[in-house]
Amino acid sequence: MPEVIPDDSVGLVTPQTFHCDKPLTLRSGRVLNQYDLVYETYGELNADKSNAILICHALSGDQHAAGYNSMDETKPGWWDNAIGPGKPIDTNRFFVVALNNLGGCSGSTGPTSIDPETGKLYGPDFPIVAVRDWVASQAQLANHLGVDCWAAVVGGSLGGMQVLRWSIQYPERLKHAVVVASAPKLSAQNIAFNEVARQAIAKDPDFHDGNYLEHNTIPKVGLTQARMLGHLTYLSEDAMRQKFGRDLREGKLNYSFAPEFQVESYLHYQGEKFSTRFDANTYMLMTKALDYFDPAADYDHDLVKCLSESKCGFLVVSFTTDWRFSPERSKEIVNALMEADKNVSYACIDSDGGHDAFLLDNPRYHAVLSAYMNRVADQLEAKS
Amino acid sequence: MSPTNLQNLRPDLAIIQQWIQPDSQVLDLGCGEGMLLSYLKEHKNVRGYGLEINPDKITACIANGVNVVEQDLNNGLYNYKDNSIDTVVMTQALQAVQRPDELLDEMLRVGDEAIVTFPNFGHWRTRMYLALKGRMPMSETLPHEWYNTPNIHLCTVTDFEELCAQKKIRILSKTVVDALHQEHWAIRLWPSLLGEFAIYHLTRRS
Repeated sequence: MPEVIPDDSVGLVTPQTFHCDKPLTLRSGRVLNQYDLVYETYGELNADKSNAILICHALSGDQHAAGYNSMDETKPGWWDNAIGPGKPIDTNRFFVVALNNLGGCSGSTGPTSIDPETGKLYGPDFPIVAVRDWVASQAQLANHLGVDCWAAVVGGSLGGMQVLRWSIQYPERLKHAVVVASAPKLSAQNIAFNEVARQAIAKDPDFHDGNYLEHNTIPKVGLTQARMLGHLTYLSEDAMRQKFGRDLREGKLNYSFAPEFQVESYLHYQGEKFSTRFDANTYMLMTKALDYFDPAADYDHDLVKCLSESKCGFLVVSFTTDWRFSPERSKEIVNALMEADKNVSYACIDSDGGHDAFLLDNPRYHAVLSAYMNRVADQLEAKS
Repeated sequence: MSPTNLQNLRPDLAIIQQWIQPDSQVLDLGCGEGMLLSYLKEHKNVRGYGLEINPDKITACIANGVNVVEQDLNNGLYNYKDNSIDTVVMTQALQAVQRPDELLDEMLRVGDEAIVTFPNFGHWRTRMYLALKGRMPMSETLPHEWYNTPNIHLCTVTDFEELCAQKKIRILSKTVVDALHQEHWAIRLWPSLLGEFAIYHLTRRS
């Protein structure tokens, strides 16, 4: 609980809801006739509506990117270290929009919502959405806010994939793209990790083919396992060695199968915490969106041709110990952008944070992000 | 801040910029804070990328609005296609890479032309330092001790031209200058002896 809201915080924020009744035809062919998107905004939209920044969230993120929703909240939004007055994404200069994606479980229409056509919970019947569907729905939100062109679209991991999608789907509607710890598509290893996570959920007896809420239960065990596996892939070996080593919970071996090493109880804690706050169907759906993402597929699998569509400037950032979305994957994006003759800068940040580094407060990472975003703001302010 | 006129540009860069065509594409190896690219973009409508590994310089490039890509020159230019760039520039870095000969080949594989600058180890003061003191030469240009110097492949103007001849690289033009990057009639007469910095404009084009 923040006794006092820090000066560099966006402060107390209230989520808002955008109801869209314009039907959205999804990549799968199914149609969502109407949907809600929950979003938060920080900072002020300027007179010509040119200073808006869209924040795209990753697998388990939501609309609460910065500040506090109430004084009872123990922690601020998930990217509070980067968004706020004087921070890299400076709310004194930008109007920042963060939303919960379609299919999410933090208020936007998703598996835990009521299907207005049947009056029942969507549950597992909620259509599988693709990254391009998210981007199309985000464009509707932009229309609603009166934003014709984002000053920048910013995202890490799965969020970075949305940024790439924006650059080729709506090239006229963003000036800059910031793609952090991301990839042009998942590798076989990435897909395999996702499938193990999905199977852990699907095989939980409480899953009931996704209809668990009708049975007044949740697949807690499966979702816990899925998160434990996921969490493991977000950390680097070095960070785990430093944080846990082979430390024991009780200082001695008990010759039992209960968690004895600190690293085991840490993973259990993370998994269980997640399993009570996150919806299992949403988790299944988000991992599918990750697996399906492959924008170059529509361009003869030629990423250069694909990114040739874009018109914005790019900042691409990776982290040395990220093995889930390694620096080489970011470099693929950078190389394709250079071959397509686009404006791009790339930094590979030395960090022991693994994939999670994109959420951490690393001085060099934030210096790079600040330098780029300040440039974006300078350009805007020079024009007006 | 980006340099707005020629007077603010580092002297060697001021010489180099004359050899770069307007509206062309440039790759700047070891681009520092991006001063050359920034100048070329503003004054010659040149598009380009800088490669750099120093974190602070990368941040400075981004702040200057220069396209910069973090990449170690010792890994070559594997991510660039043959003849994809008009001019590949490398200032004051040739002597610091692991294999200058291989990187020179890479520069002229990717670029139609290359511009290279390096300190001339054959300068008379360097020769005298070794001859009289019997120690590895140190100077304002070469301030490091032999054991910690990043300049692991120092060469003389004569050495460099010999390498170009071996590799059938054509020297389009060269300028050998003093420590203040100024030309002088005497340097033109004895470049290998009197020049402190060498600036070469190269191609493989016949």
